[in-house]
Amino acid sequence: MVDDATPAAENPDAEAARAAPLAWRGSMKRFLTLTAGPIVAAFVLSAVILLLVGVNPLTYYGYILERSLFSGLGLEQTATRMAPLLFLCASLIVAFRAGIWNLGTDGQFLLGAVVAAAIAPLLVSVLPGWAVLLTGFVLAMIAGGLWSIVPALLKAYQGVNEIITTLMMSFLGVLLASTLVKLVFRDPETTVPQTRTLPVEDRLPRLFDTSISSGLIWGLVAVLAVHLMMTRTAFGMKLRMVGANPAAASHAGLSVPLLTMATFALSAGFAGLSGASEILGVAGNVRADWNPAYGLMVIPLVFLARFHGVGSIVLVFFYSALLIGSESAARRLGVPQDFTLVLVASLLICLGLGEYIDYRKQKQER
Amino acid sequence: MSTSVAMATETANDLPPVPGAGVIGVHRVTKRFPGVTAVDDVSLTIHPGEVHVLLGENGAGKSTLVGILAGLQEPDEGYLSVDGNRTRLASPSASLNAGISTVFQHSMLVPTLTVLENLTLGAPWYERPPRARIEARMAELKREFSLSLPLDAVTGDLSLGQQQQIEIARALLRDSKVLILDEATSMLTPQGAQELGARMQKLVKGGLAVIFITHKLAEAYQFGDRISVLKQGALAGEMGPEQLKSMTEKQAVDEIVRLMFGREDGATSTEHRQSTARAETLLRIEQLATEGDADVVGLENVSLALKAGEILGIAGIDGNGQKQLAEAVAGQRPVSAGRVEFDGIDITRATVAQRREIGLRYLTDDRLEEGSVGAFPVSENTVLKDVGRPPFWVNGIERPARIAQHARDLIARFSVYTPSETTPIGRLSGGNIQKVLLGRELSGEARAVVFNKPTYGLDLQNIDASRQRISEIAAQGMGVVLISTDLDELMALSDRIAVIEGGRIRGVVDNDGGGEALRLRIGRMMAGAEEHMETME
Repeated sequence: MVDDATPAAENPDAEAARAAPLAWRGSMKRFLTLTAGPIVAAFVLSAVILLLVGVNPLTYYGYILERSLFSGLGLEQTATRMAPLLFLCASLIVAFRAGIWNLGTDGQFLLGAVVAAAIAPLLVSVLPGWAVLLTGFVLAMIAGGLWSIVPALLKAYQGVNEIITTLMMSFLGVLLASTLVKLVFRDPETTVPQTRTLPVEDRLPRLFDTSISSGLIWGLVAVLAVHLMMTRTAFGMKLRMVGANPAAASHAGLSVPLLTMATFALSAGFAGLSGASEILGVAGNVRADWNPAYGLMVIPLVFLARFHGVGSIVLVFFYSALLIGSESAARRLGVPQDFTLVLVASLLICLGLGEYIDYRKQKQER
Repeated sequence: MSTSVAMATETANDLPPVPGAGVIGVHRVTKRFPGVTAVDDVSLTIHPGEVHVLLGENGAGKSTLVGILAGLQEPDEGYLSVDGNRTRLASPSASLNAGISTVFQHSMLVPTLTVLENLTLGAPWYERPPRARIEARMAELKREFSLSLPLDAVTGDLSLGQQQQIEIARALLRDSKVLILDEATSMLTPQGAQELGARMQKLVKGGLAVIFITHKLAEAYQFGDRISVLKQGALAGEMGPEQLKSMTEKQAVDEIVRLMFGREDGATSTEHRQSTARAETLLRIEQLATEGDADVVGLENVSLALKAGEILGIAGIDGNGQKQLAEAVAGQRPVSAGRVEFDGIDITRATVAQRREIGLRYLTDDRLEEGSVGAFPVSENTVLKDVGRPPFWVNGIERPARIAQHARDLIARFSVYTPSETTPIGRLSGGNIQKVLLGRELSGEARAVVFNKPTYGLDLQNIDASRQRISEIAAQGMGVVLISTDLDELMALSDRIAVIEGGRIRGVVDNDGGGEALRLRIGRMMAGAEEHMETME
């Protein structure tokens, strides 16, 4: 509570000069409690668990680093893996900043992927390459967006909690995607139920002479565009206002239901794009049992980055490295690949603790 | 739980009400919050066998007093006594142990549990609910106080009146000596309120003391044995049982109106503002109506006219349709009938943004929940109503430097005390948030402003500054609709005062500057008495 007649009001310049280094140190401390501290603690905690199962944590972490970042091929794989995760970050940043907890990105992602995988191979003989990709992306975006209409309408006009509706629609979406692959879009020439395959030369171009998919670039563009939209434009400001205080938004004359619908459409659209980027860039087809569950994976990263675009990009990079590295480590060191989940779990626990410590501190300072 | 159930009937017999000796004493209690003295040197004696009404408008300090008795807050000065012994009620359980049960305005029951489960909440976890004993007690309560409750019904399925009965039953099962009912009739139908009144009389006959908090004058007279009137935190007067019995209803109501709305001795005589009204009518409201529901009063047939340079006061006890009127004029609330005209143009269907554009502004009374976004910096809060418009946004792109400059100008012009324009507005005091919002409403081409309780919850210095600002606005030729529950404020500033009650305009009077007769006339209209509209256009 800033009281009337604080010294700041009387002598703002001197106060500001004194406050600047203090504020810097304060924000540094907060960064340590909220971000850096928990990450270090999570690695230490996981190291303890590794020791308990008889693996040298230094070997394990070293191996992950070596395979994902310090080898050319590993780095390329890491960069390629980032693309769909980045689109999902864009999806979640829009939603979370606007106060909408879209937890149904997995269903939206898969439906986008299936639609892209079903349409693109059919168009290859009809349209030029760029038009095939563009159509695939647009249709995937529409498919993802359509899958959020029910939760969006329920939230905007009935106030139904979107956490529950999006999660439930996500389960349905995952099953629908698999059903579509088996019954409608199945490639008649294969025995495994999967869609037709987009030939490698018709997929998103690779970057330079590497194996990195150019989906990475589009993902980066998506996250940065969303970040700028939310922080620098009138539309973003309106969405943030609805997120922070819907009553104030309608007081200021904004249509909260329409903005809520727009948020859902954008968020689910990006999730659909994410699915398309994985299919049109890397996989080429969708198998009926395929569900990487990237959507839920990205949520902690976006939280850790405080919904900040650049922060999300950095974290997605490290997370992709972890995924790629642990895949190799699993093969080499016998640590199950699911150990990444142990790491993520300890990270979440430590983040929660950091948040709690910060909350206690802030309360004391008041 | 078990002991209290067993002892329940004995206490009433063992401790017959001793006349004159209070079961609870409030001794010179003062409670301050930042910027406001909520309870100011109040002394009360609560007698067993009486319904003691605490009457006062919103913000008069009733809720704080309830909080102190319920153990939620402790007094800064003064003390409480129970049965003549000085006591500290440091926690809700201390209050319960002292025999004080509180039924709060909003239900404190768990809607998904059954009635029986709600009644036994708070018992030790290892005990099974003593169903047989509670059933026996409930049968007794039913005979004595006609409290009839289906023990196995799910609480959320019951009516609000029945839920309140559960809370009363819970208090009786706890063997309380004092029952506090905080705004207990606000959720009830008129018939439910009558039933509650009859029940309170039965309860006090059994030796209980009931403290009944209300802002409704008629209820105070009908249900109360003793009435204490609170005004701006201080005790404005008290009427004992003998005094009440000796008066006719009309005399009693007049006396209560005088206590509630009369000018108290020693109050600074506020100077009456000179009228600056001009000839042209700026805002015309004709037979306006809005939908109401269980919680919200609907407007009915509201007609008002506002001239440029005029201050039209809207008097009324809180919750009688003031907010709905303000929102309907601002375009925030759908109108079911009637029309609103601004400067000769029909704006009944215009959006909030269109109305703001032509100069009609609305300063909400809900500074935190509606007026501002607490987590946003002061600078963004100054332009919340201009999102997307030049010069702060050009082609949809934000111009942070211009917004910051605008905010700094506003901070300087309205003397907002804040470390900087980047401070989240939620960290500012209420008075400073109010200044920011006022600055926001007056920026650009403002021509008429609806103020909803502009000084509510502010400290004296800020109240004076706000009132000064309002008369300046009128002097500049803007029209002002001033909604307030503070009659002194209205009498000091307004050209005319309209009184709203139950969503209707009960009358419009010319303000001659604070004659006692006028004040009481307004007070009676606020309490619901109809009056011919004498000065309507």
